[in-house]
Amino acid sequence: MSPDLLLRIGSATLDTLYMVAIAGLIGSLIGLPIGIFLATSGKGELFPAPTTNRIVGLIVNAARSTPFIILVVAIIPFTRLITGTSIGTKAAIVPLTIATIPFVARLVEAAIREIDKGLIEAARAMGATPMQIVFKVLLAEARPALTLALTMTIVSLIGYSAMVGAVGGGGLGDLGIRYGYQRFMPDVMLVVVIVLIVLVQLVQSAGDGLARHFDRRSRKN
Amino acid sequence: MSVSAYTAPAPGDAAVIFDGVSKHFAASGKSGAFTALDTVSLSVGRGSITGIIGRSGAGKSTLIRLVNGLEKPTGGTVLVDGVDVGALDEAGLRELRRSVGMIFQHFNLLSSRTVFGNVALPLEIAGMDKQAIEKRVRPLLDLVGLADKHGRYPAELSGGQKQRIGIARALATEPKLLLSDEATSALDPETTQSILELLKRINADLGLTVLLITHEMEVVKAVTSDVAVIDHGRIVERGHTFDVFTHPRHETTRAMLSGLPGSKLPDAVSRGLKPQADDGDRAVVRLTFFGAAAERPLISQLIKSVGAEVNIIAGTIDEIGGRPYGSLVVAYGADAETAGRAERFFTENGLVTEVLGYVA
Ligand SMILES: Nc1ncnc2c1ncn2[C@@H]1O[C@H](COP(=O)(O)OP(=O)(O)OP(=O)(O)O)[C@@H](O)[C@H]1O
Ligand SMILES: [Mg+2]
Repeated sequence: MSPDLLLRIGSATLDTLYMVAIAGLIGSLIGLPIGIFLATSGKGELFPAPTTNRIVGLIVNAARSTPFIILVVAIIPFTRLITGTSIGTKAAIVPLTIATIPFVARLVEAAIREIDKGLIEAARAMGATPMQIVFKVLLAEARPALTLALTMTIVSLIGYSAMVGAVGGGGLGDLGIRYGYQRFMPDVMLVVVIVLIVLVQLVQSAGDGLARHFDRRSRKN
Repeated sequence: MSVSAYTAPAPGDAAVIFDGVSKHFAASGKSGAFTALDTVSLSVGRGSITGIIGRSGAGKSTLIRLVNGLEKPTGGTVLVDGVDVGALDEAGLRELRRSVGMIFQHFNLLSSRTVFGNVALPLEIAGMDKQAIEKRVRPLLDLVGLADKHGRYPAELSGGQKQRIGIARALATEPKLLLSDEATSALDPETTQSILELLKRINADLGLTVLLITHEMEVVKAVTSDVAVIDHGRIVERGHTFDVFTHPRHETTRAMLSGLPGSKLPDAVSRGLKPQADDGDRAVVRLTFFGAAAERPLISQLIKSVGAEVNIIAGTIDEIGGRPYGSLVVAYGADAETAGRAERFFTENGLVTEVLGYVA
């Protein structure tokens, strides 16, 4: 493989990491509060707002069930509005972020709903405000599950980011399509796939390790 | 000895007053409407350990949750130190809750926090600074005997140790009132006793009022001075623990008491028990004795006075609320003469008796 190609693979990897990092960060920052809201706004819960809860839930579901590739195309005007372009790495970040938000929201909701209701009860009995309960109890107790949720998000994002390559999004997917498929260079395709696998493996084991480190629910040593 | 008349604590001496309290759960979804508490009136003496006992679903948890406003009454008022809990807004409730500790059946400790962190939580919530928290938590861990575990996580502790941490946490804000919802129900009998001892000590040393709910008569017997029996959302019996145990009036109380060791007849006897005596049958009688009578050599005197054969079927000597108490089930001839002599002996010695039935 030519040094030029290797360079391209390196820069495509960086593009992928860049897309995943930005979309993951912004998507999680927006998805986290939505997830917390979904998990705490049911009837008789910390911030009771059952109607809003249902509406937000519906929107989240709608976004989750839209195939990613359709989402990418559907929001092109919005993407252009924000980034001034509809192709390339920067443009790809917009649909990736939009897809991340509901994904994270549902994972966060599930992580928080897992927490024993008795802990919320105990905190209320101590005179905690709902906000204190969120920060001192829910987020603290859900930390291992949230870490796993974030891991899953990043892994999915790596997959999605390869998909935006198909619509000119840049990154490893783009490289794989343009060289590996269109110019029929199977060795490039192979390298792209291997790099993706290695990335996913690294993220997954780092996430698992971190989650295990946070998890104090069972005896260690 | 007779039952001392029960007088409820005067309003000024009451830490908690339930006045005609009802709790009605409206129908929702698949579950129908339900009245969990029906005009409950009860006062909890300041400095007492008061027990509320009842079967599962009787309304105990609902009742205790009204005290710190985790639940709102649908009728009547709950006064805690003279404050009407139902009338408080959220901020007022939070302030009240900081002065009322609570412990739970499943401990409800945060798995993500160390022992120290768990006890510190209510203080953090109250906005106390780090140094003050440190100063407050250490002696609490000493009090519950777990100072050496301060850096451990709950998963590394036994059930009894977890409940000790729960107690330390409940005491962190220096409350005047401690609520206990089945705090020992998940523990083995020995650990239960040690937790109850701790509660007793806290009650005596800190002057803390303890309101505990339980479905175990053993718990009521071991620590409470006063007890109320709740059944289907109503208080059916209340009084000093000793009196309620020795003279249970309501059938629910009797039924719950019958589970205590020494109260239960051997199966072989209870199966053969008849309501009426036939010729040659023997009467099965429960004798209850307390105070001085518990210390006299009653059995040898009884055998002498009755003159006939006396079998001992079951028996126990125990302490309720610190007072000695004995219960003995004996059988002797059901003929008029023997029975008459026995009754005379019982009256002379001030024994409370209950004829349970007759056996062949
Ligand atoms: N939020 C609720 N909605 C409807 N019914 C309820 C609710 N909470 C409690 N109940 C009902 O009220 C009754 C009393 O419940 P409570 O939890 O007070 O019983 P308990 O005496 O504590 O029982 P246990 O010993 O099993 O804990 C039960 O029949 C229960 O189903
Ligand atoms: Mg209960």
